[in-house]
Amino acid sequence: MSRTMLDKLWSAHEVRRGADGASLLWVDRHLVHEGSHHAFAALDGRGAEVAEPGLTFGVVDHYAPTRGRDTVADPAIRDMIARLEGNAARHGITLFGLRDPRQGIVHVLGPEQGLTLPGLLVTCGDSHTSTHGALGALAFGIGATQVAHVLATQTIWQAKPRAMRIRIDGRLGPAVTAKDVALHWIAKLGTGGAAGHAVEYAGTAVRALSMEGRMTLCNLSIEGGARFGMVTPDQVTFDYVKGRPFAPGVAAFDAAQADWAALASDAGAVFDRDVQIDAADIAPTVTWGTSPDQAAPITATVPSATDPGVRDALDYMGLQPGVPLDGIPVDQVFLGSCTNARIEDLRAAATLLRGRRAKVPGIVSPGSMPVRAQAEAEGLDRVFTEAGLEWVGSGCSMCVGMNGDIVAPGKRCASSTNRNFRGRQGRGARTHLMSPVMVAAAAVTGTLTDARPLLEGRE
Amino acid sequence: MSGWTTHDGQAVALPLGDVDTDQIIPARFMSTPRAAGYGGFLFHDLRDGDADFPLDRHAGCSVLVAGPNFGCGSSREAAVYALVDAGIRVVVAESFADIFAGNAVNNGVLPARVAQTGEILEALRDGPLPALIDLTMARLTIGGTGYSFDLPQTWRDKLINGWDDIDLTRAHTAEIETFRNTRRARAPWAWPSTPEPGPNPAIHPQGERP
Ligand code: SF4
Repeated sequence: MSRTMLDKLWSAHEVRRGADGASLLWVDRHLVHEGSHHAFAALDGRGAEVAEPGLTFGVVDHYAPTRGRDTVADPAIRDMIARLEGNAARHGITLFGLRDPRQGIVHVLGPEQGLTLPGLLVTCGDSHTSTHGALGALAFGIGATQVAHVLATQTIWQAKPRAMRIRIDGRLGPAVTAKDVALHWIAKLGTGGAAGHAVEYAGTAVRALSMEGRMTLCNLSIEGGARFGMVTPDQVTFDYVKGRPFAPGVAAFDAAQADWAALASDAGAVFDRDVQIDAADIAPTVTWGTSPDQAAPITATVPSATDPGVRDALDYMGLQPGVPLDGIPVDQVFLGSCTNARIEDLRAAATLLRGRRAKVPGIVSPGSMPVRAQAEAEGLDRVFTEAGLEWVGSGCSMCVGMNGDIVAPGKRCASSTNRNFRGRQGRGARTHLMSPVMVAAAAVTGTLTDARPLLEGRE
Repeated sequence: MSGWTTHDGQAVALPLGDVDTDQIIPARFMSTPRAAGYGGFLFHDLRDGDADFPLDRHAGCSVLVAGPNFGCGSSREAAVYALVDAGIRVVVAESFADIFAGNAVNNGVLPARVAQTGEILEALRDGPLPALIDLTMARLTIGGTGYSFDLPQTWRDKLINGWDDIDLTRAHTAEIETFRNTRRARAPWAWPSTPEPGPNPAIHPQGERP
């Protein structure tokens, strides 16, 4: 029988199936961060040990200060980091701590270090764990009780989702990125549009994406309600993985690659849902509301407040129906997060910013310290600082505001992050989601704006 | 955690759709240890300055009825802690985000998926109504009208018995061990390599190696 990639990944990890159909799955990589303190407390509460410390990795990211890392000023933040350090040391878990040159956001660090591989099952107490599916892994976010369960048993109970395929065929236009593809499909299907499904992204436009772009696409799956996003591993994947620190070495690589190549969905595989998108229909996209599906092409206008949900969102966002999105003034910009702070994202933003000044202040926080080092080697940091933006350390930063990097109440931020929820970037903050190049364009003009004219003659 | 079979309380309406976990509990409260109590953080920024917020106008309600896609967004289990510590035992909605629903059950909270939630919200417009929930029957009654809700069998068993997954899974320890050994033999690449010691190996994404 023809099988989907989901079927193959699932059966490769199924230890047993319960009476109700839920599966007990083996976990190959478990990633923890400061927020995992509840889970460690639960583990300690029952006197349990971490079952597989060698398959568990910790990283400081959610509370990581982006400046002044040598002495963390805020005692609450110092505490959160110390708690993770203590838990990692006590349980023999490798930790990428605040001063480790490999530190970064968990979903950037995992693939970058070669901890994430095709064919693995990856869990983390964070909903954007779907990012790792870009390599052809079964990766999903879990809650604290489940984190404790994985720590104690290296397995997780999970009901198998239905299989959904989103095919994006054709060529993406200039300045149209993976971020725009994601915002486009989420706007089309809604935030619950893929609930209960594992999304496999396919089609020529997906195949043409770099690993970075595929990670952005899979990252945002959760905003459409899907806990899993995945892309069939191919040569782009294999080239990306090869040589990374924790990836299989030269001797083991060929055998691994052969296994990974067999993960692709069979030709006749049937999906529970199939969605087709024409790449040519996708424009640079921005959100106008307080939910990621409230998004539209930059050439559109703020929609009319026909239903109360839209009216509330526009109220919060301080926007009037009918106003063109292009031209809405912003107070600041943020380039960062596990969605869009990889080297390719920084390069794209720098292409537009080179030689220009930002009209509004902003922060650029690379997805990891290795990304930061690479960007500096390429001189990208100078492009940002010469434009007037602040170049800081790596962490979740203004994506979630836990480390103190927040947007002030009522301020409007053009952001490369993933959630425009009320208060996400700080109480009363107004967030517009968009791609890195669109963030750069917003910085230069001080408004939401179409990046395309600003990119002419560049690249 | 102790289980429960029936619950008798007051139902209150929160007629909002797509209530995300950032709204249920803003991120800034999440470094608080659980022992300190999370009840005061529930819907903190929505409630603050809104004297009319349903949970404040009608204290003591334990059944929350909300719009579709409740609990979307971040996987933070703290959202459920805030509900539990504020006395909520049951959330009724047309649909729930997957991770939230799992977290709820793991903390003894019933995420009751009811197709006619719109009707219930309508009935609750003028204020709270008595609610009766029966897990064995998968039925709930609000203001005298009965509805059935959707709940997977395992979740029902967990709620009724107060079961903890770790105990359940421990019964399969030998099986897990066998699975691990087979996987290690068949897919040795699934175990991480030991990186070269010494300074951080340079990483050049996109395969740009000078
Ligand atoms: S960058 Fe934002 S979305 Fe990503 S892991 Fe951090 S807080 Fe979560």
